[in-house]
Amino acid sequence: MVAAMNWLAQVIAVTSFGIRTLPERRGAAAAAAFGIAGVVAVMVSVLSIAHGVNQTMDKSVSSRNAMVLRSGSDTEMTSGFSNDTAKIVAEAPGIARNEFGPLASPELFVVIDLIKSSSNSDANVPLRGIAQAAYEVRENFQIVEGRKFEWGRNEVIVGSAASREFSGLDVGKSILVGSEPWNIVGVFSTGGGVAEGEIWTDASVLQPAFRRGNFYQSVIVRLNSEDSFTEFKDSLTADPRVNVKVIRESEYYAGQTAILTAVITGLGSLIAVIMGLGAVFGALNTMYATVSARTREIATLRALGFKTSPVLISILMESLLLALIGGTLGGALAYFAFDGFEAATLNWSSFSQIAFSFRVSGSLLIQGIAFAALIGILGGLFPAIRAARLPVATALREL
Amino acid sequence: MADANGNLVEVTGVDKVFHRGSEDIHVLGGLCLKIPEGEFLALMGPSGSGKSTLLNLLAGLDRPTEGSVTISGERIDQLSERRLAGWRARHVGLVFQFYNLMPTLNAARNVELPLLLTHLSRTERKKHVEVALSVVGLNHRHGHYPRQLSGGEQQRVGIARAIVTDPTLLLCDEPTGDLDRKSSDEILDLLQALNQDQGKTIIMVTHDNDAAKRASRIVHMNKGKLTTDAAA
Repeated sequence: MVAAMNWLAQVIAVTSFGIRTLPERRGAAAAAAFGIAGVVAVMVSVLSIAHGVNQTMDKSVSSRNAMVLRSGSDTEMTSGFSNDTAKIVAEAPGIARNEFGPLASPELFVVIDLIKSSSNSDANVPLRGIAQAAYEVRENFQIVEGRKFEWGRNEVIVGSAASREFSGLDVGKSILVGSEPWNIVGVFSTGGGVAEGEIWTDASVLQPAFRRGNFYQSVIVRLNSEDSFTEFKDSLTADPRVNVKVIRESEYYAGQTAILTAVITGLGSLIAVIMGLGAVFGALNTMYATVSARTREIATLRALGFKTSPVLISILMESLLLALIGGTLGGALAYFAFDGFEAATLNWSSFSQIAFSFRVSGSLLIQGIAFAALIGILGGLFPAIRAARLPVATALREL
Repeated sequence: MADANGNLVEVTGVDKVFHRGSEDIHVLGGLCLKIPEGEFLALMGPSGSGKSTLLNLLAGLDRPTEGSVTISGERIDQLSERRLAGWRARHVGLVFQFYNLMPTLNAARNVELPLLLTHLSRTERKKHVEVALSVVGLNHRHGHYPRQLSGGEQQRVGIARAIVTDPTLLLCDEPTGDLDRKSSDEILDLLQALNQDQGKTIIMVTHDNDAAKRASRIVHMNKGKLTTDAAA
């Protein structure tokens, strides 16, 4: 115990000398720290896109909601069934009801061309035809500007994210659906989520506009409870009149973002690793210079009787400190520059735009700082070994 | 602790060869030297004569190629690197030509450094530091940093650091080499007092004849061998 305390005292003492002399090497130290800050800022910023997309999807999900698609379909775009099927689905057991009937919304999902505000380029924007139950099925739906569209008329309401991300989606303006102008009468919010990047209208008005006949692509239902899902699913899969796929809403949206988040995460990680390698060399250079500048000090300490391990640890600690400073700086930079930054990107599952906010979360910041620490340790390891192996007599003579 | 003949240091048949590429450089050859406890020995010789190498061997900072180095009855040439570090901390006080103080530590913290290698508590360490600084007459400068001290004062801090653990042996590598005459005299007075009043065994490498005259014995070296060995 005493020996351990003694060793610890040596580590603290030697480490504190190194850190106190940092101002004398501030140029090289700052270069290493800023290099690492850049790596972490880029890494956290890119990964915050995937994080933001995931969070948007999470907000789209209610544990009490289920989706019904045509059997074999993975997305609404590839799904389709008749009104008769939609009616059978709506009558299945397990669906919650209100005074107007079951909370089941047969919906049509199409895309229209609009201009993306940020890039002035064409973008596919989801236009969803809904039934009356849709407002009850989506838990947090509310009109934040204007009013709801009137059933049976060429009117639309736009999600709050869509109104920000795409040009011309202000209340009072109109959009071209087919060859007809449709009036924008309101802006809605669903408390975040994918729906806020969509435009909604009456499904029965949308069907003829897109020559879809009396067909739908999905039915979104609100269940009595989370546990009602099995009952609901079993009844439909066992019903010979319909050929449908029943999935939880959470499962559907997880599938929707899988490709997108995998690509973004993969790309972000690749960029981070490549930049990280550069930062490791920067840290190596700085720490070798540090060992060189501290040769006299290290040799003196070793001559006085300090053992090699405290010297080794002190160099590693110094490198780690620079990395943590850089990591914190980079994380802060990413947070202040990008957290909450709104954007839209292509959802490769539906080939339509998904509006989302960059999300620099605590876990992402920790991930960035941990990556910085790894860079610091790798950058400090070899210089630390060099310092520990410094031949004391030679080092003292070379002063 | 000295041996039966009163010798604290015994160097027997020591060779030291450095390798530079394919070339072997013989720095010490068959060197034998005995130093009694309580002696103040000055080691003189031209550059490259091997005196600093010998001092490094006595300090356990280097190992002989051949021969043995025994100090206080312990063969230090046979100790592992780790044990040698511990041995240095307990038995050797080192005084360097350029003081080698830590620039970021004040005088007291510099003197305290070797005590971090002991089991002393913070309070005990503080007391030891006060005593060491008072021995070198610098108690009033304990809070000053090296850059705030003159060369002579820095060397006195260096000496305080060397004696704070009450080592068996004080090894000084040209302790006045970087000082003016007045400061040199003060340092030599201090070393003499440590030797005469406290019985410290001191081995001092020097080029300076006046400094060497303060020692009780002067050993001259040339080309890795002892040439003359006489009382000062």
